[in-house]
Amino acid sequence: MAVKMHILVCGGTGCSASASHEIIDQLNKEIVAHDLTDFVKVVVTGCFGFCERGPIVKIIPDNTFYTRVKPSDAKEIIEEHIIKGRKVQRLLYVAPDTNKSVSDSKHMEFYKKQLRIALRNCGFIDPENIEESIARDGYAALGKCLTEMTPEQVIAEIKASGLRGRGGAGFPTGLKWEIAAKSRPGEQKYVVCNADEGDPGAFMDRSLLEGDPHSILEAMAICGYCIGASKGLIYIRAEYPLAIHRLQVAIAQAEEYGLLGKDILGTGFNFEIELRYGAGAFVCGEETALIHSMEGKRGEPTFKPPFPAQSGYLGKPTNVNNVETYANIPVIINKGAAWFSSIGTEKSKGTKVFALAGKINNVGLIEVPMGITLREIIYEIGGGIKGGKKFKAVQTGGPSGGCLTEKHLDTPIDYDSLVAAGSMMGSGGMIVMDEDDCMVAIAKFYLGFTVDESCGKCTPCRVGNRRLLEILTKITDGKGTMEDLEQLKNLSQVIKDTALCGLGQTSPNPVLSTINNFWDEYVEHVVDKKCRAGQCKALKKYVIDPDKCKGCTACARACPVSAISGTVKNPHVINQLDCIKCGTCIEKCKFGAISLK
Amino acid sequence: MCGPQIKINEASYRTIKDICASFDNKPGELINILHKTQEHFGYLPEEVQQVVADCLGIPVGRVYGVVSFYSFFTMKPKGKYAISVCLGTACYVKGAEKILDALKSELKISEGGVTEDGKFSLDVLRCVGACGLAPVMTINGKTYGRLVPEHVKEILAEYAD
Repeated sequence: MAVKMHILVCGGTGCSASASHEIIDQLNKEIVAHDLTDFVKVVVTGCFGFCERGPIVKIIPDNTFYTRVKPSDAKEIIEEHIIKGRKVQRLLYVAPDTNKSVSDSKHMEFYKKQLRIALRNCGFIDPENIEESIARDGYAALGKCLTEMTPEQVIAEIKASGLRGRGGAGFPTGLKWEIAAKSRPGEQKYVVCNADEGDPGAFMDRSLLEGDPHSILEAMAICGYCIGASKGLIYIRAEYPLAIHRLQVAIAQAEEYGLLGKDILGTGFNFEIELRYGAGAFVCGEETALIHSMEGKRGEPTFKPPFPAQSGYLGKPTNVNNVETYANIPVIINKGAAWFSSIGTEKSKGTKVFALAGKINNVGLIEVPMGITLREIIYEIGGGIKGGKKFKAVQTGGPSGGCLTEKHLDTPIDYDSLVAAGSMMGSGGMIVMDEDDCMVAIAKFYLGFTVDESCGKCTPCRVGNRRLLEILTKITDGKGTMEDLEQLKNLSQVIKDTALCGLGQTSPNPVLSTINNFWDEYVEHVVDKKCRAGQCKALKKYVIDPDKCKGCTACARACPVSAISGTVKNPHVINQLDCIKCGTCIEKCKFGAISLK
Repeated sequence: MCGPQIKINEASYRTIKDICASFDNKPGELINILHKTQEHFGYLPEEVQQVVADCLGIPVGRVYGVVSFYSFFTMKPKGKYAISVCLGTACYVKGAEKILDALKSELKISEGGVTEDGKFSLDVLRCVGACGLAPVMTINGKTYGRLVPEHVKEILAEYAD
């Protein structure tokens, strides 16, 4: 009897953290117990994207999509669904708008508007089995390039596709390859994959590497063929152990199948790939810093030019692309530039993967065509704001980006519109914030990150950002002045204009963008000493409700700084200038008249 | 030779030499070597850095420069159970600071600290990439997600041995 059914279980980092491996063990146990080993097979896949409802289990061929599965559900899945053909209703996703359960993911709001190109294999294949990748056209594009196309033709195809770098800045990929190809011909060159996903709140690259490592290896080999490199290096964060493991497995399998290594597919083309590990430094996402780190040095950036294409790893011409950029390459070769460029907007072609997180109902990994609006992402795919709260802002581009607000909800999203709105695409982190988030505190949060991560080489970044952080702290402590706000703007501009690398030049963006979009909130912090989100502790005030106060004087007697005044049997008042916010009064009040606002 | 006296035993010395040799003693492999060395010792004290420098034929200052640059490397030993609280943006907006505060008061240590008995150490990190489970923390690599401060006590109790 041939295997007729497959049970796909998400083995991404998110679902693994929710015990998806125990689910797999239990499923296998039940399969053995019911003597079904020849009939059904459990496959560990990469991320399905719908992390909010994880762990996810999907049954093929009927495409039943089970959510929030627990190891104890394995028995029922096997006995009911696999043996009796009855879906386990309680594990199906319930659409919040209709209250009906949806069994096929393609009918879910979360997936309807998505278009999965880079993520095409994530959640479909076993990433540790090269044959599953090959069954879905894995390495077909490499074969086509090596046997039917010249490097120039491949580059022309990538250029025609309009693909731009997905790491953040959006440089045209084909052009980058062309420059590297023309640089110092005949010399040893390198193809580098930037998998140092340091942007806090972004997990696109990790999910891609965990779910479909072969696509990345294939694309790097294609790049090597184009620019004349025989060596590839993947610079990956040491914090991503699962992605590292899957890459190691994938490289070994590709070598075994003759798809990497010497004389690939008998064409005489040699290409090998090695891993290099990051060690926790955000600045290493910058390509010159990344190259220094790969050389075993401190990851400090250097001035460009020379660009890596001219002098990169070990002084040799080097092409650096981000994981998601590579993930698009094989599809472009297989389906053609015309197909790819038909998707997206005029200047931003194809799709973009976003890590949707924060105060949103459907947290997860999504891939959408360029030009989609923020409203579609947040309210249709994302299912709206958690707890019915009011939407406030979306932060894109991480510590280098800015926030988009209500007025940007209907702007089509692409590289250029985001920059025009004062943010940037970045690597694809998208953090949704609601009315409970203080925008000054968010700016301070990002500056805290930048100050930690500044490599210290150039003064504007090392010293300037620290000063920005101090001013922001002053404001959230309730000690800010209007001059401080001016100073914030001026200093931000100076840092932008004078810092050495991308990290420093973009680090004031969260400050400038929140100032531009939420100026009122800054002024409230400074003038009214008020934080409307109630996040800045120092700005909270103890107040006495005159209707509840009986005038018992207990609070006034307990106050260590005599900040409470009033007469017996009359409502008391707290003098805010004297109050040290110790909270003693709240404890003493028997009538619940004192609160923190 | 300048620098600190090597106060490590022969076995440890051998281990470091073997690790360096497995990378052909190439200075370009310094970060990979430090990863392996830290995996073995748990941290990278001065003496260890000195041996690495000697093996690779580079100044110990360069080794120290790299160790101090990257947050993954530490010169202080961690607790038996190393706790890391994610302070990535997704976790931050979902209240990661409250989890951190709860851990601090429960363990009576601050960020970067180790409990007196050496059992727990507390650090923060920037994004483990499990944003769907925010806020999260990890203990010796095991991820705990969708946390609220009340969970902290129960979770620490799992490590009561």
